[in-house]
Amino acid sequence: MFKFFEPNKIFQITSKAPKYVLFLFIVVLSVGLTEALFLSPEDYKQSDAVRIMYVHVPSAWISLGIFSSITLLSISGFIFKNKNFFLISKSLAPSGFVFNIIALVTGAIWGKPTWGTWWAWDARITSMLILALFYGMYLISWRIYESEEKVFKITTFITILGIINVPIIKYSVDWWNTLHQPASINILTKSSIHSSMLFPLIIMTAAFALFSLLIFLMKYNTELIKIKNKGLDRL
Amino acid sequence: MYGRKVKLRFLFIVLILITLILTAFLVLKSLEENVVYFQSPSEIKLLSELDKKKIRVGGMVKKNSIFITANEVKFIITDFKNDINVTYSGAIPNLFEEGKGVVAEGFLKDRSLFSATKILAKHDENYMPPEVKEALGKK
Repeated sequence: MFKFFEPNKIFQITSKAPKYVLFLFIVVLSVGLTEALFLSPEDYKQSDAVRIMYVHVPSAWISLGIFSSITLLSISGFIFKNKNFFLISKSLAPSGFVFNIIALVTGAIWGKPTWGTWWAWDARITSMLILALFYGMYLISWRIYESEEKVFKITTFITILGIINVPIIKYSVDWWNTLHQPASINILTKSSIHSSMLFPLIIMTAAFALFSLLIFLMKYNTELIKIKNKGLDRL
Repeated sequence: MYGRKVKLRFLFIVLILITLILTAFLVLKSLEENVVYFQSPSEIKLLSELDKKKIRVGGMVKKNSIFITANEVKFIITDFKNDINVTYSGAIPNLFEEGKGVVAEGFLKDRSLFSATKILAKHDENYMPPEVKEALGKK
């Protein structure tokens, strides 16, 4: 089912697409930053500190989204013995890790003036730190193990262990008392964020998603070059 | 369709996932006391014995309960069922306000008196510009 994969055709796309994605990213990011830093109103309670949210929340979303994707791809790769899925996972992981760290750091910067502390061992923050550790393990295991057979199995196992943590991150604020506030954006019920603040949040999410796509294409391109250099035209 | 090996690998992953989910559930259930960041005044009321350890109490700052003297702040944390009196001396976060969320870290003197060593403001999930807040307040 997934056997028909030709590196050459995909290589044509991945070697050309980055410059267009980069252009689009710069445009969307400029719009997003103008909205987030200048045009959007300040919050009634936290005033300008609310602007940190426009970086914090999209980063957290994207790091969770990427971890879920690499888990799904790794499991499918393991079941169907598809090498390409593993290469896509490997290329996705670095930007997920970076956004995870950004979410933790911006959270700390926001927490100091708002809560009165940089760090709290509450369920949401701790589970987010655990996600960063799983990203770390995932990325390191690609470097440690030489044999493909081994690295595919180990990275799959790490993602399966880590994915249990993802719903815990999402629902930690509902299940337990946490210092972190519950979600403001709900799909089924009314969101508790004003539309003038929701708009820059969505634009910034799009910008960060484009950035992840850009890094992914560049990483994936490198993987394809490695395959080409080995003189293989099929995976 | 798929081969026998593919089906077996699929089953293998499903079994691992089920095992892990159950394990995570059991571990979190038994650790619930430590996973929660703070306890509510009602939960403090139900404590069978007073702990000497440092704990956190959270809830809303009761309306008209903040009382500031030269070297002490006194206020009441409420969860709208039970109250607890808090005394504290030290720096107060900017968002500490009547009718807003708060988490106090410190020691229980008795079931209704808490001596805090640190105060954290808890922010809620509402985000809106000041004009909207004003308009809502007028209604």
